[in-house]
Amino acid sequence: MAGLITMDDLTNEQILEILSDAERLLPVARGELYLPLLQGRILGNLFFEPSTRTRMSFETAMKRLGGDVVNLGDVKTSSVVKGETLFDTIQMVDGYTDIIAMRHPRQGAAQYAQDAARVPILNGGDGAGHHPTQTMLDLFTIQQAHGRLEGLKVVLAGDLRYGRTVHSLSHALVRFGCDLVFASPDLLKMPEEIVSDLRAHGANVLETEDLYSSMAEADVVYMTRIQKERFADEDEYARCAGAYKLHARHLADVKQDMIVMHPLPRVDEIDPTVDATRHARYFEQAFNGVVARMALLCRLLGVTVPADVTAEGGAL
Amino acid sequence: MSNEHSMRRVTAIRNGTVIDHIPSGQAMRVLEMLGISGETSVPVSLVMNVPSKKMGLKDIIKVEDRELTQSELDRLALVAPDAHVAIIRAYSVAEKLTINLGEEVVNVVRCTFSNCITTNLREPQPHRLRVVKRDPLQLRCHYCGRPQDLDELARNVL
Repeated sequence: MAGLITMDDLTNEQILEILSDAERLLPVARGELYLPLLQGRILGNLFFEPSTRTRMSFETAMKRLGGDVVNLGDVKTSSVVKGETLFDTIQMVDGYTDIIAMRHPRQGAAQYAQDAARVPILNGGDGAGHHPTQTMLDLFTIQQAHGRLEGLKVVLAGDLRYGRTVHSLSHALVRFGCDLVFASPDLLKMPEEIVSDLRAHGANVLETEDLYSSMAEADVVYMTRIQKERFADEDEYARCAGAYKLHARHLADVKQDMIVMHPLPRVDEIDPTVDATRHARYFEQAFNGVVARMALLCRLLGVTVPADVTAEGGAL
Repeated sequence: MSNEHSMRRVTAIRNGTVIDHIPSGQAMRVLEMLGISGETSVPVSLVMNVPSKKMGLKDIIKVEDRELTQSELDRLALVAPDAHVAIIRAYSVAEKLTINLGEEVVNVVRCTFSNCITTNLREPQPHRLRVVKRDPLQLRCHYCGRPQDLDELARNVL
């Protein structure tokens, strides 16, 4: 069965269907309704790299739908440390589970795992590659705020070189005709091959180092953390860290309905003064990880989300 | 200058392989891809930038006492996909070999991106590079999706 490795695995129509499924599953995600659509199914959580939100939201999503989860646990105590190949690990977990959510430090690991597995793989991040389930929750958050995905102006800021969330998201936004502004320090620019891919798809892309003046016309400002763990060179990190510090005072002239997003965790790229403004959406965005992943789990396991979940669901 | 003239710039070989119609300036890269260096004991003749009716300019390589294998042809396809390869026996063309560059290059070279999952050589699944464009050649790894650095490929021959 096919998994979700990159956003290319979904058509625009499928993306909108999954977002619609997610919308209907909101009361289940909030725990207001019990709907065991995935009862008897097991998710394998294989996180070879640290994760808080992605791993926990996958686990919550599965359990809210009545399913169960098995975890690889800490890589340091698993057979990976004994030198087991990814291929062998996948062969084993493939036999234990119905679907696998995976994060791995090596780029291409998710596709490699999908080629080795019979069950669907959900790519929860592969090196600096892709993070499509994050993209789905990002799209859900944007659609919630603006009522549409088409034709928006989106500023993506921070670490665009190593940030896999922005790689997957920009590909998806371009498919919906959004205009993109990439704001980053020169060292952390969006990889050239991604920019040329996007332009080849007819995207209107602007690259700048000036985040603040690019925000005036924006519908979405998507901040990212400068990821210390992706730098081999400490000095290079020091030169980039703290490049952008979005403060409430920077939001005086932005559009009323502009939203600020962030995949979290943040360090100091969004000042806490932004939290109380009407623009802050990052905590809702983190919650949306549960509902978007619920919809994806159902889709990849071939389970239909009922049109009226209230009629089908029961009280907790 | 005629094609015949170009071929005669170096002595005819008795037994071995002639690789003709190599894009001009690529002969050194071809040798690198084939693992032929100064340390190789067989005689190698190389002609660069000679006139060609078809290509304007071209390179030619003659390797004595060695017949290219299929896996060497697969490597050659990544540098000179339109080259002509002839096996010479007793001063005559005994066989003409065809180079095939398909849609995917499997288990010929490994991905040039240092953080690709396939850099762990113990991983058993095949090394797969997709041919995105033929002229000029552009390859992407099936797994990590990264464009391949063609200058690096010779160092990644399997």
